[in-house]
Amino acid sequence: MAAPTTTYTGKNNGNHRITEPAPVRWLLTAIALAFLALFLALPLAAVFSQAFAKGWETYLAALWEPDTLSSVKLTLITAAVAVPLNLVFGVIASWAIAKFTFPGKNLLITLIDLPFSVSPVISGLIYVLIFGRQGWLGPWLDAHDIKIVFAVPGIILATIFVTFPFIARELIPLMEAQGKDEEEAALVLGASGLQTFLRVTLPNIKWGIIYGVILCNARAMGEFGAVSVVSGHIRGSTNTVPLHVEILYNEYNYTAAFAVASLLALLALVTLVVKTVAEWKVQQQLERE
Amino acid sequence: MSIEIENIGKQFGSFTALDDINLSIPSGELVALLGPSGSGKTTLLRIIAGLETPDSGRIIFNGEDTTDRHVRERKVGFVFQHYALFKHMTVFDNVAFGLNVRPRDSRPSKSAIKEKVMELLRLVQLEGMAKRYPSQLSGGQRQRIALARALAVEPQVLLLDEPFGALDAQVRAELRRWLRRLHDEIHVTSVFVTHDQEEALEVADRIVVMNKGRIEQAGTPDQVYEHPANPFVLNFLGNVNLFHGRIPQPAQGERKTVSYVRSHDIDIDRSQQDSSSLSAEIRHIQKLGPSVRVTLTLASGEPIEAELTRDAFQNLGLQQGEQVYVRPRQVRVFVEDYQI
Amino acid sequence: MKILKRTNNVLPGFGPTMGYTLLYLSLVVLIPLSALVFKTAGLSWHDFLEAVAAPRVLASYRITFGAALAAAGINAVFGVLVAWVLVRYPFPGKRLVDALVDLPFALPTAVAGITLATVYSANGWAGKYLEPHGIKVAFTPLGIIVAMTFIGLPFVVRTVQPVIEELDAEIEEAAACLGASRWQTFRRVLFPLLTPSVLTGFALAFARGVGEYGSIIFIAGNMPMVSEITPLLIITKLEQYDYQGATAIATVMLVASFTMLLVINLLQRWSRRYAD
Repeated sequence: MAAPTTTYTGKNNGNHRITEPAPVRWLLTAIALAFLALFLALPLAAVFSQAFAKGWETYLAALWEPDTLSSVKLTLITAAVAVPLNLVFGVIASWAIAKFTFPGKNLLITLIDLPFSVSPVISGLIYVLIFGRQGWLGPWLDAHDIKIVFAVPGIILATIFVTFPFIARELIPLMEAQGKDEEEAALVLGASGLQTFLRVTLPNIKWGIIYGVILCNARAMGEFGAVSVVSGHIRGSTNTVPLHVEILYNEYNYTAAFAVASLLALLALVTLVVKTVAEWKVQQQLERE
Repeated sequence: MSIEIENIGKQFGSFTALDDINLSIPSGELVALLGPSGSGKTTLLRIIAGLETPDSGRIIFNGEDTTDRHVRERKVGFVFQHYALFKHMTVFDNVAFGLNVRPRDSRPSKSAIKEKVMELLRLVQLEGMAKRYPSQLSGGQRQRIALARALAVEPQVLLLDEPFGALDAQVRAELRRWLRRLHDEIHVTSVFVTHDQEEALEVADRIVVMNKGRIEQAGTPDQVYEHPANPFVLNFLGNVNLFHGRIPQPAQGERKTVSYVRSHDIDIDRSQQDSSSLSAEIRHIQKLGPSVRVTLTLASGEPIEAELTRDAFQNLGLQQGEQVYVRPRQVRVFVEDYQI
Repeated sequence: MKILKRTNNVLPGFGPTMGYTLLYLSLVVLIPLSALVFKTAGLSWHDFLEAVAAPRVLASYRITFGAALAAAGINAVFGVLVAWVLVRYPFPGKRLVDALVDLPFALPTAVAGITLATVYSANGWAGKYLEPHGIKVAFTPLGIIVAMTFIGLPFVVRTVQPVIEELDAEIEEAAACLGASRWQTFRRVLFPLLTPSVLTGFALAFARGVGEYGSIIFIAGNMPMVSEITPLLIITKLEQYDYQGATAIATVMLVASFTMLLVINLLQRWSRRYAD
């Protein structure tokens, strides 16, 4: 489902003089923090606790396993293809959508958001229906000995699908908020279209791009459902890191499962840090009027 | 460079922004497009710049049709209402932008660009600010940087969209005088958009009064102020200091007419001076700094406002509730069915 | 070139960028999704009904939608509370907590799944305190609700938070001046202003929960008729090479998602009705 779009507003906290009595404030804060601790902090701590349950050596041994390393490699390849493709799309689409007016704009934005509304399982299924043995292109692919589903291309395609909207949906509202004054100023001053984009637009959306890319990357590396459907679970060959976690876990190899999962949890933490910084920078840029 | 505007029309959906506009702007003049919001003045300015495409008509620069020429090639300087400074560039880089983006063969050398930028910063009196970012400047300073940036490409036409709109009153007045002096120095054909009649009267060589996508009157400040072509111009050029008085006149022939008197063109006397004197009662006296506004009611019940100097007011010693005589010094008569 | 003229914009590149946008959108999203629709259209009405209305499938809808509803409800209550506390009350480590709220967006679902299953299992950190009281979370429908609550949490918080930030201090001051108590102010003035965003967040969390797979299958136990969610059933059918069954159920899910999308769009439009 669609993540809420970042909205760019001036922060308004701290200037409210009317507030609740102190005991009420403390109670509400305590309940909110307890809820977050139970649902967020506890699981996060559990990942690392389980991963190191049997010490550093077991942890490192689990990571150095050849199947783990090949799953890391496949995950990196997948992200390295999916993220740049969606980045190019995101920048191009947001230029067309944010800087111009045309009929059907809202419909187009909704269509771009579609992959967020689709269950990951269905995102995988549609590629099986097209490229699978019984699918539209199945017989043709079979005849030419090309494997897409239950092979690396299928994993990449499903990942592109589920991460498709991330960068575009970040850049469209940002570019709309920035308007086109600066671009017009550049054109009046004699800049070409490309110069205008590279020298004026791009620096202004830099942090928005970083924000979109980091979220897109997190999802690309962490996607489970869609990839699970198209992968075929071939150990050492079509296993991404999340799929490898599943296999280890189902084999009751908990320490190894959590060791590999801790890599993904670390990625999530890095993502949150970069995201927070990028969000702050974007906000700052918009307020710098 | 002279600008000819011929039969320009522009629609936005069902809204007519410009309706058959014709105007010629002689080389070297400073012209104000004056009108209320929605009068089409900004659209006209953007069409001159090439930022909007007109639905019909032609724009001619120095006898050359530029209607289809891209904004990039028009060599106009444009100062945006909110300046549109590049926020991620220093003041220096902002001003240098137009020179830096030129193709290599026509781009000045680095040192020539630097010299040019510093010269412009001196012109706008902000030499010390070259390394700052736009966010570190005050509104008035940003405005001047926007102007320096526009001038860097040596435009043949300078276009300014509400150049002082976002500034506070004092900075506004200062920049206004400064812009006038600057224009006297560099003499580039300039057009600026404003909704402030005082600004137009003070700065411009010529004023073009616009309303509902049409030109109501074009002329020198004296012409439009002293000889307004119609009630709209008269009304619009009256600001808070002026007022639209309304005195009914006997029907002239078949057509009813309405007369307009500016509030400072009304004399108040203790006695009837001549046939134009009308009896009135003072309802309200309001002191507005150097002048005094007196609200009266005519015998017919119609309200009227007069504006006196403080001296004249004190000499008469007027009191609320007094019966006096009012006498219009200057009356402008218009046919009543004129659409404002 | 006609459309270019109509856009009346001096910025270059509308034609090519729009063309690329539509092409890429079609290739990646529209054509693959239409495969599902065409495949379903090939089914006879009878086969379709048999696939989507079998008892085991109906049970999976009940479990999936029921749990998603419950989880969205929990998130609506606690999400508003968290958003309120994050905006209004100062406390140490607030920035950290604020950033942590997005963890479910960033943490891969498989990791969330095995972790929640471990934490809530009989001897897990949370499970060992719940089990003695007869509360079994892992491998029961309750586990599904827990997983859905986890992944849906940021939706309500991030939808409501900016609305609370935007609330003008003056309206609360005005209510106080008019003699309203703090609770009255919240109930009569603030809550109506927050309602649309709360409903939007609820709908987003619900829709996300319905489609979720990775974080649930580890904690759910996956017992047919009891704790088997619909997305898992689709995969089960696929693994049995029952492509028709999988496609038919997927279509039902897709229609449900699109309905939710429509509802969410309407809610968002409604929430802007007071906007200046």
